[in-house]
Amino acid sequence: MKLTNRSKHLEKKPMTLLERAYLPAVLTGMGITLKHFFSKKATIRYPEELRPIAPTFRGLHVLKRDEAGRERCTACGLCAVACPAEAITMVAGERKKGEEGLYREEKYAVSYEVNMLRCIFCGLCEEACPKAAVYLQADKMAPPRFERDEFIYGKDRLVEPVDPNARSKRGIQLTAEQAEALARRMAGMDA
Amino acid sequence: MAKITFDGIEIEVPDGTTILNAARQIGGNIVPPAMCYYTPIKGTGGKCRACLVKVAAGSAKDPRPMPKLVPSCITTVQDGMVVENTVNQQVMDVRKGIVEMLLINHPLDCPVCDQAGECDLQNFAFEHGVATTRYEEERRTFEKIDIGPYIQLHMTRCILCYRCVYTADQLTERRVHGVLGRGDAAEIGTYIDNIIDQDFSGNVIDVCPVGALTDKTFRFKQRVWFTKPVNAHRNCENPKCSGNVVLWYKGKDVLRVTARKDEYGEVKEWICNTCRFEKKETSDWTIEGPSHIQRTSVISANHYELPVMNPQVIADLPESSVRDLENNPPLKLGR
Repeated sequence: MKLTNRSKHLEKKPMTLLERAYLPAVLTGMGITLKHFFSKKATIRYPEELRPIAPTFRGLHVLKRDEAGRERCTACGLCAVACPAEAITMVAGERKKGEEGLYREEKYAVSYEVNMLRCIFCGLCEEACPKAAVYLQADKMAPPRFERDEFIYGKDRLVEPVDPNARSKRGIQLTAEQAEALARRMAGMDA
Repeated sequence: MAKITFDGIEIEVPDGTTILNAARQIGGNIVPPAMCYYTPIKGTGGKCRACLVKVAAGSAKDPRPMPKLVPSCITTVQDGMVVENTVNQQVMDVRKGIVEMLLINHPLDCPVCDQAGECDLQNFAFEHGVATTRYEEERRTFEKIDIGPYIQLHMTRCILCYRCVYTADQLTERRVHGVLGRGDAAEIGTYIDNIIDQDFSGNVIDVCPVGALTDKTFRFKQRVWFTKPVNAHRNCENPKCSGNVVLWYKGKDVLRVTARKDEYGEVKEWICNTCRFEKKETSDWTIEGPSHIQRTSVISANHYELPVMNPQVIADLPESSVRDLENNPPLKLGR
């Protein structure tokens, strides 16, 4: 049955001698295959090799500490309300006497969870944070896992280590020139 | 009756009305902000200077302008008065200065403060202030005192509006707190620790325009914009208590009970301490429905109300939706 009149009827011509010999066509095909052995590969050996990441890449979240090693996050909820994917939840608590070295403000996040399956890594939480506490790291991604609950990152995996040398380099640590440039720009904005 | 012109809009109000209340009868964006004036409480007003306006003509008999800006909340109208608020650049500039003054000693700890999101000072500063501060000196700090089992005092946030003092005077059987000290050392105090537990004392929390007096039972529980406000009532045994409240839900839990506020943040029906602090089960209340939140408020984030729509276009709406739409008409597009 013909559905349209657009189909063309092709006549099948008899093959020439060269075509009937088969060998030249086989060799041409092998030539193409061999050429690809020596051309640049489109793939990489992933877990061992990594593709270069842009400096502005937004990866896994980190909860920063301040110079004294105290947690900056005060559980104000602005990241959670800014989040378009509603990936962030938190429970706030009051800092007790003697915990001044642990938390910067009198209120702190008892739990802070980011669902990495919901997160779209837009960076709005980073922008909303008034305490410069949450950042998306340029050098880390959420690794693949088998279970869904393993993608819900709690404070144990988000807060950066106490040791300053073990911390991620991106974030609030500006070089002297950068800080100066930023200060100049802010001064210009006031005027 | 006196006829006045407010920002070019003519309105006739009874004699003895204040300029602010005349403006509120007009409504809309031209209403001056008020931080210390509170209609239901006698004696409030005239302290914060947020509502300063320009009187361009004093009255029909004496049309000279008033020499200085006047606080609209305590200045009464006179026939033929011409008042300028949003149209006058001087008023706008002065209001910026007022924000700066009020924020001089304010700690700006909004990320910690429970009032954030429903704070008059926050709204006032956001609408009229500048984004930076010129103040470099140490901010005023106080020793923390425990004023009572239900109410948390943060003296650093206080703007000394006196609302809570008058409220305690006029609602509770005896007032035990007041403003102690003078000038820079003025502070809300009780002299005796842990003493504010009189009935109706909880209303000072609703009355406070900033986060100086907050609910201890709600302290750091949730940010207000993550809770869902629901109107409810109960038959309170106390004859002075109205029993009409707003329950602030997070999931199934009632985190906080407050009195109902009107569009100017004023409570008209007071509630007793039992309703406010002790009835935190859904079974204690008769639910009326979600309370209306202004779309400009952060509390309306993720707060799904009836959508913006034209009810005539949508046929076969359920009767309850039609009733809601009539009571509370949504924004009409293209008007």
